[in-house]
Amino acid sequence: MITKNKIGRRERSNKAGYLFVLPYALLFIIFILMPVLLAVVLSFTNFNAIQFPKAVGFLNYINLITADETFMQYVLPNTVKYALIVGVGGYVLAFLLAWALANLPKVPRTIFALILYSPSMTTGIAMTVLWKIIFTGDQTGYLNSWLMDIGVINEPIIWLVNTDYLLPIVILIGLWSSMGVGFLAILAGILNTDESLYEAAAIDGVKNRFQEMLYVTIPSMRPQMLFAAVMQIVGAFQNGQIASLLAGNPTPGYAAQLIVNHIEDYGFIRYEMGYAAAVSVVLLLIVQIFSTISKRLFGEE
Amino acid sequence: MAYKGHKINPNKFEKGQIKIMLAVLPLVILTGLPIVFIVFHAFKPMQELFAFPPKFITTHPTLDNFRNLFKASRSAGIPLSKYVFNSLMITVAVVFSSLIFSTAAAYSLSKLKYKGRNAMMQINQLALMFVPVAVMIPRYLVVNVLGMTNTYWAQILPLIPLPVALFLVKQFVDQVPDSLIEAAYMDGAKEIHIYMKVILPLIKPAIATAAILVFQQVWTNMEASNYYVNDDGLKTLAFYMNTLTSATTTNTVAGQGMSAAASLIMFVPNLVLFCILQKNVMNTMAHSGIK
Repeated sequence: MITKNKIGRRERSNKAGYLFVLPYALLFIIFILMPVLLAVVLSFTNFNAIQFPKAVGFLNYINLITADETFMQYVLPNTVKYALIVGVGGYVLAFLLAWALANLPKVPRTIFALILYSPSMTTGIAMTVLWKIIFTGDQTGYLNSWLMDIGVINEPIIWLVNTDYLLPIVILIGLWSSMGVGFLAILAGILNTDESLYEAAAIDGVKNRFQEMLYVTIPSMRPQMLFAAVMQIVGAFQNGQIASLLAGNPTPGYAAQLIVNHIEDYGFIRYEMGYAAAVSVVLLLIVQIFSTISKRLFGEE
Repeated sequence: MAYKGHKINPNKFEKGQIKIMLAVLPLVILTGLPIVFIVFHAFKPMQELFAFPPKFITTHPTLDNFRNLFKASRSAGIPLSKYVFNSLMITVAVVFSSLIFSTAAAYSLSKLKYKGRNAMMQINQLALMFVPVAVMIPRYLVVNVLGMTNTYWAQILPLIPLPVALFLVKQFVDQVPDSLIEAAYMDGAKEIHIYMKVILPLIKPAIATAAILVFQQVWTNMEASNYYVNDDGLKTLAFYMNTLTSATTTNTVAGQGMSAAASLIMFVPNLVLFCILQKNVMNTMAHSGIK
């Protein structure tokens, strides 16, 4: 006990502590914390990026809920669908895959994990061209040509303009690139669970691998599960940007318009920064809701 | 026979693993295919890019697409080497400063005691949830107000603080036993020595992981070039590669080949770095939990 407290009691410790954290803290405050606070402040103003912002109270939020038909009719439903499938679904998938990989010997496991992780390194943007080529709208497109070959379709589908297919495509790409840091954290978590827990559980009547996963693996790695959940949902929203890179902003018929595209639309195309800030705050709140749920599920206590 | 509990992380191949292999393999292949595709596409000669029906596999690989890429940038007025230089300079600057700052901060937050320490930790943890797109606009305003628009600084400083990197490093520093630090104090070491001689050597896996994460952020970042910089001579490779993939150029088949080559150039450094350092990453992730 005495040794433990000694470090804290050092006289210099105080000053040194501040010094060491200062460079990071400074940049963090300027480029991460301030922008978030600024977003909150701006969301209560009317701001066109040229004139000084004018306070308008809750007008932006009221408009968002009552007057923005695009938001209510397309953006919000699309975002919820996308977040549930890519965020929550991708998370479950990440867990199942990690669990399966953990049951394989080291060499195949490492190779598989590397392949599954690699799409997330492309961060969507670097690979936009890939999807454009695969989903080319005429018969020279790879997917069209292939589907026509095996007789599923008779004429080419204009994938990236067709409002029926755009959102599913964006969701598919989202899932493809969702095995990121969260997936690795889960894999590491499963690999590090204490072997003796499994033996003990078997004695206590756990009968199969599924029960093991439910009663041993998950409870013993709650912190990793929580970290992965946060990473997964944030990554999902961030990757939503691909919609406007593939199909332009706004996407045809707002078919794949997600909340991140809505922010870009108002912020950098229409220069209604106040309104865009309000949408940003809503996005941050949505992420907050998801992580609160995750905390309920996996947090301690 | 009673169920004995199976083995996570088995040492050798067993029959039971075949089922799992069969379940995972299709997904692994599906995930890998697009990447294999882009590799093939980047090396396709003109007649294969034009081929109908389109071919997946390249039969006569060529470097034409990469050559065209160089030519295209020359005709645009700014040589590719300028973009490469900008990207390298910015990436090196960000990765180095980010690693120094976040390891120092992690040491401070984990092992030194002072007022405000917990608050800083909590806020950083909260910041894991800040979706970067959501703060894009106010960030742009901050850069603007600081007068950094159109400088290298605008593409370096905002990218240095990466909450997830600090978080992972800090979790790792937590594993360093206090007794080691105490022993160093006894020998008369100061904090700076402890940081350099005790902490840094012990947290190499976490540093490697942070390096990968920061590298990925910077190397593929085009937001900074896009919004903070107007002068084309200051923009990065990622930005330039992205202009190539924009709608107008991909409509031409030659543009497709070039864009595929560009994607590959952006992707490969990430992959190589990750392959080299993957052991460290798994080691770090084991301590990644949020409590």
